[in-house]
Amino acid sequence: MARRYDSRTTIFSPEGRLYQIEYAMEAISHAGSVLGVLSKDGVVLAAEKKVTGKLLDMSGSKEGGYGGSGEKIFLLNSNVVAGVAGITADANSLVNYARQAAQRHLYMYNEDIPVELLAQRLCDLKQGYTQYGGLRPFGVSLLYAGYDPHYQFQLYHSDPSGNYSGWKATCIGANNGTATSLLKQEYKEDISVEDAIELVLRTMSKTMDSTTLGSEKLEFATLTLDANKQPKAKIYKPAEIDALLQKHGLAKKDEDTDMASA
Amino acid sequence: MDISFALTGKGYVILASDTTAARSIVKMKVDEDKIKVLSPHLLMAYSGEPGDTVQFAEYIERNIRLYQIRNTYALRPPSAASWIRRTLADSLRSRKPYAVNLLIGGYDTSTHQPHLYWVDYLGTMSEVPFAAHGYGAYFALSLLDREDGLMSGSSYHDPEAPLEEGLKTLRRCLDEVAKRLVVTPEKYKVKVVDKDGVREIEI
Repeated sequence: MARRYDSRTTIFSPEGRLYQIEYAMEAISHAGSVLGVLSKDGVVLAAEKKVTGKLLDMSGSKEGGYGGSGEKIFLLNSNVVAGVAGITADANSLVNYARQAAQRHLYMYNEDIPVELLAQRLCDLKQGYTQYGGLRPFGVSLLYAGYDPHYQFQLYHSDPSGNYSGWKATCIGANNGTATSLLKQEYKEDISVEDAIELVLRTMSKTMDSTTLGSEKLEFATLTLDANKQPKAKIYKPAEIDALLQKHGLAKKDEDTDMASA
Repeated sequence: MDISFALTGKGYVILASDTTAARSIVKMKVDEDKIKVLSPHLLMAYSGEPGDTVQFAEYIERNIRLYQIRNTYALRPPSAASWIRRTLADSLRSRKPYAVNLLIGGYDTSTHQPHLYWVDYLGTMSEVPFAAHGYGAYFALSLLDREDGLMSGSSYHDPEAPLEEGLKTLRRCLDEVAKRLVVTPEKYKVKVVDKDGVREIEI
């Protein structure tokens, strides 16, 4: 019976549900997870990469661009970094849309787009697919880590239905339930960025399927203020991620050196 | 013949504009308010081609209000000024451009800074400590420019001056215009914007 209402994104089932939207959210809960924590002096994002393998050519991501391999964490504007979970191809299209929206705002108002406004722009687009004829909605959830003078540091989440909400700490993608409950236990008000980085890495290491963390599985970014009180986004390069994991004692254990030092 | 002045001080911006509405050589009205309150912390003094001025000012007023309703918070003064300049610049490149000169003064509640922008009908904009449009500019700018050297304790423009001193400086500008300009406006409307918002001041 329910199947009759599956194929259209815009038609309610007799129980009052939009199945395609729910399926899109289901698709996201299988995707690599993205974790975000808000602190008083910065926002931290981490993402688990699912597409890995020995034969995958990662040489381009070592040096390229503004940092990171650009599979799950993107710079949307100089004051907003986003982590995406879901269908990567859909995400790329949304990231492009967001970057254009941010530049349009800069052109009109000569200021960085306020974070909530950018989230709204994307949600307006996503909401459209729950109402107007299309084949399917965007199978993407995003976490936005941003800064603006109105509300300082902010962390937002948006889903395929076009809903968005602000968070102190949250997780999307695979195992998001476990991660959120861990965050709920560990999160403290007025946490610092340094502690937030540690909290993110620790939570990530506990919820990821693989036993060891490493730059081939992880993407990482922070948003802080620079010396001139301007927002500074930093998407970590693979080497920097490994160094960070080493620092927090979460890096891959090299058995031999471990033995030697013991 | 419109005359408008503006100056910044410690945490405030003062805007002053004459209140005459003239047509040719005839005064039609002597209590015209030519300073619009665009948002709780934003003022705009307008002058120029009669008709264009009010039309443009109302268009700006309503669109700034619309932005506020849509986005729950108001545009900050720098962004509002940029948008207004853009609107004027786009208009200049249309078939029937608005010929309007503006002084935009506002208080940024998120950074606690006063801002003043001088904008002309060609879409030129610059952020300034004090500004004037119309014939008043010929007399007042040199006065405001003057360093506080010989007559110490006197109130030439000081961006760190308290409100009373700012108003005294404004008074000097108005007196200078009254003394030297052939056709002197008899009344001015003066508005101040600071952390508490916008208010009118009798001078």
